[in-house]
Amino acid sequence: MAEIFNYVENKIKSHLTDAQVKVTDLTGTMDHLGITVASDAFQGKMLIDQHQIIMDILKEDLKEKIHAVQIKTMTLKKFNEL
Amino acid sequence: MNNPFNILNKNTGTPITDEPTAADLAARIKNIIDSSDLVLFMKGIPDAPQCGFSANVVAILNHLKVEFKTFDILSDMDIRQGVKEFSNWPTYPQLYFKSKLVGGNDIITEMYESGDLQQVINS
Repeated sequence: MAEIFNYVENKIKSHLTDAQVKVTDLTGTMDHLGITVASDAFQGKMLIDQHQIIMDILKEDLKEKIHAVQIKTMTLKKFNEL
Repeated sequence: MNNPFNILNKNTGTPITDEPTAADLAARIKNIIDSSDLVLFMKGIPDAPQCGFSANVVAILNHLKVEFKTFDILSDMDIRQGVKEFSNWPTYPQLYFKSKLVGGNDIITEMYESGDLQQVINS
C-alpha cells in the first residue's frame, strides 16, 4: 500500500476514531484520491457537512500533497450493509 | 433563444444580470445567494456551461424542472475567490438552497440519485 494511502487513512482515523477508511488512486499518479469514509460522526448530517468534515481534516494536504479528492461518506450501519 | 422543438430539456436556469450594487464583497455574495431559493455558482451560463461538472448540475436542475438563478464565476474573479472562502468549499459548481450550500457536482449527483435532492428543494 502506498505511503500516501496510509497517511490519509491514519489522519482521518486520528480525527474520527470509529472510522473505516478506504483510499484509492484514481489516476495512477497518487495525487487524485478516492476516499471512502464510514463513521457514525456522519449520522443525521447533510452530505455537504459530512464531506466538509473530511475536507477540513485534509485541508493542509490539499494545498500540496493531494491535488484532488473524490469523497464518499456513509454511516457505519450503511457501510456494514454493503 | 426560443426553440419550439426543445421541449424535453428546457433550461430553467436564469443568469443573474440585475445584481444590486453593494459596498463590499461579503455584501455582494450575500445579495447573490439570497436572490433566489436556488442559486448556482457555475462556470459559464445554463445555455453554455464552460465545464462538464457545471453542465451536469444544470442538467439535473432542468430535469427536475425547478427555477434557479446562476452566477458565472468566470466573469468575476472577486466572487470566484470570495465564495470559496465564504463557504469553505474549494471548487465549483456550488448549489445554494435558501442561502445554504447544498453541494458541488459529486454531492448533487449523489443526492439526485438517492432522491434526497428532490426532498430538500421541495422543503
